[in-house]
Amino acid sequence: MPYALRKTIQFLLTLWAAVTVNFLLPRLMPGSPTDAALAKIASTGQVVTDAQRRAIELQLGSPSGSVFSQYFAYLNNVVHLQFGVSYTDPTQPVIDTIRQALPWTLVLIGFCTVFQFVIGTLLGVLAGWRRGRGIDTTLTLSTTFAGAFPPFWAGLLLLYVFAFKFRWWPLGGGYTDGLTPSLNLTFLGDAAAHSILPALTLVITGMGGWVLGMRNNMISTLGEDYVTFAEANGLRTRTVALRYAARNALLPPLTSFGLTLAAVVGGSVLVEGVFSYPGVGLVLYRAVSNRDYPLMQALFLIITVTTLVAIYLVDMLYVRLDPRVRR
Amino acid sequence: MTTIPETPLQKTDSGAPVAGPVGSGSAGADPARAVSIPSVGRSLPGPLRFLARSFGTLWSNGKARTGLILLGLMIAVAILAPLLAPYSPTRTDFEPYLNPSSLHWIGTTGNGEDGLSQLIYGTRVSLFVGFAAGITATLVAALVGLIAGYLPGVVDEILSFVTNLALVIPGIPLMIILAAYLPTRGVPVITLVVVVTGWATGARVIRSQTSTLRSRDFVTAAEFAGDRLLRLVFREILPNMTSVVAASFFGAAVAAVLGEASLEFLGLGDPATVSWGTMLYWAQNNKALLVGQWALILAPGLAIALLMVAFALINFGVDALSNPRLREKS
Repeated sequence: MPYALRKTIQFLLTLWAAVTVNFLLPRLMPGSPTDAALAKIASTGQVVTDAQRRAIELQLGSPSGSVFSQYFAYLNNVVHLQFGVSYTDPTQPVIDTIRQALPWTLVLIGFCTVFQFVIGTLLGVLAGWRRGRGIDTTLTLSTTFAGAFPPFWAGLLLLYVFAFKFRWWPLGGGYTDGLTPSLNLTFLGDAAAHSILPALTLVITGMGGWVLGMRNNMISTLGEDYVTFAEANGLRTRTVALRYAARNALLPPLTSFGLTLAAVVGGSVLVEGVFSYPGVGLVLYRAVSNRDYPLMQALFLIITVTTLVAIYLVDMLYVRLDPRVRR
Repeated sequence: MTTIPETPLQKTDSGAPVAGPVGSGSAGADPARAVSIPSVGRSLPGPLRFLARSFGTLWSNGKARTGLILLGLMIAVAILAPLLAPYSPTRTDFEPYLNPSSLHWIGTTGNGEDGLSQLIYGTRVSLFVGFAAGITATLVAALVGLIAGYLPGVVDEILSFVTNLALVIPGIPLMIILAAYLPTRGVPVITLVVVVTGWATGARVIRSQTSTLRSRDFVTAAEFAGDRLLRLVFREILPNMTSVVAASFFGAAVAAVLGEASLEFLGLGDPATVSWGTMLYWAQNNKALLVGQWALILAPGLAIALLMVAFALINFGVDALSNPRLREKS
């Protein structure tokens, strides 16, 4: 089967499975939002009546009917992007909340991922080429250490030092209050200033994977005969390192792009919460503290689907980079 | 074969954003380099001697040695917590937000507890979750990986699909959703959630390693000798991928420590537990940074980072075991 077709089938299957997981999760869990609400009432000392239970079920729009009819109704809703109404803000459909937040996250994560990839890979080439030397040890250890920082914690510290103490950048939010989001330079500059600290946090804590992956692949590639041959031919060191070894060592880390992306997306949820950055992470962060189940579920679905689409796009790009997979 | 292309050379497929070289899949790519530890159990005290020898090999690697020492220190702190902590971690009768002093090394919390005592006792929770979730996730990973790798065809297709699905679903959002839906709060629930999201990385590497070992001569010989399937998998194949399994464990442990801290920071743990995650949760909720109590944020996060680094460093040593090219010259 051609690579592109195989990847597309795989993408569609994964997409379907992810959507189904999102349907099954709340139904597999013990208890339900209704039970949680009732428990809250019961904990105040009131006696819970059947009428109360029905009232809450209606209010929360608890599902009824067989699992299959629920499933098809759910699929229909997903296709039409209808995720119901959030508990915390009943005037706004969930999808509108997400639609406002998604561009912020896409820009932040997109920028960080590209940046991490470029810088991380270059540092990895350097560490691999100079393996065992001082620079290798320094790079390996420092990125391992930075990679172990919980992203939300690194964000808190950067926030404290650069926003609270030095006041270089704003304390949080996506833009200064009073500005209306638009595409003019004033707004974009303001938004960029607000994005620097969250972006820095994600880049610092997420770069280690690229550096180490690239370093280890470099070391394996440097053992190949064609590299030795290139060296023996008297080619310049930089040519051998970049044009011969690095180009080939680059491919395996790229195929793990999806997994790296999933990690960055996960980290961004908490980082956005720390910086009150108006993306889907912040919405999820708030939905969790408010126990806003419809919003939480829709967010999980959107985050997963967006990640899957990004991975699919990279898989498609990979065909251009590695002609071998076209076979 | 499979429709899901394996990329066994991954070094970066750790579920957490950590730099841990989780999959030492390079071994899977080239079986000739895979076997560095001889089969277990040739003589009776084998398992013990085997453990000692693995430890010795790890110890000879500089990075892994640093990791082992760090981890050992943390275990000692966890065990000796009652002796080391100056106060009870739940004692709340201090003045809130005292600055760091000789009495309270990192100050007191907004609830009037001693920060240092909480930090010391918190070691227990993180270590417990790291080991419990790491071991459980590795068992699941080994089971799924061995079955998928040894039984090509439909079984492999299905298991690989599930594994890949679990890998691409972003871990932290999944953990958040799971923890939010579960009716109880606390360390066991968090451990469970972390296992659910953390087994897939290991399973993928173990699967690819198993499928390369399956066609090797010694396995075929054992097959012809009439070994049962279980014996074949556990006595012939499993001992030859000790380093892969160990790497899965340390990778899962790193992800578990981070996952636990993240969930507790979000308030999805039991806020009454004394752990590094809940320390950060309370510090954030009581606005510790705004009153200048940075040490209360710095210390628990640094402790989390150190524990994760310890696991990751040991993993470097494990990686060097399975891929001699990464081995240090010393």
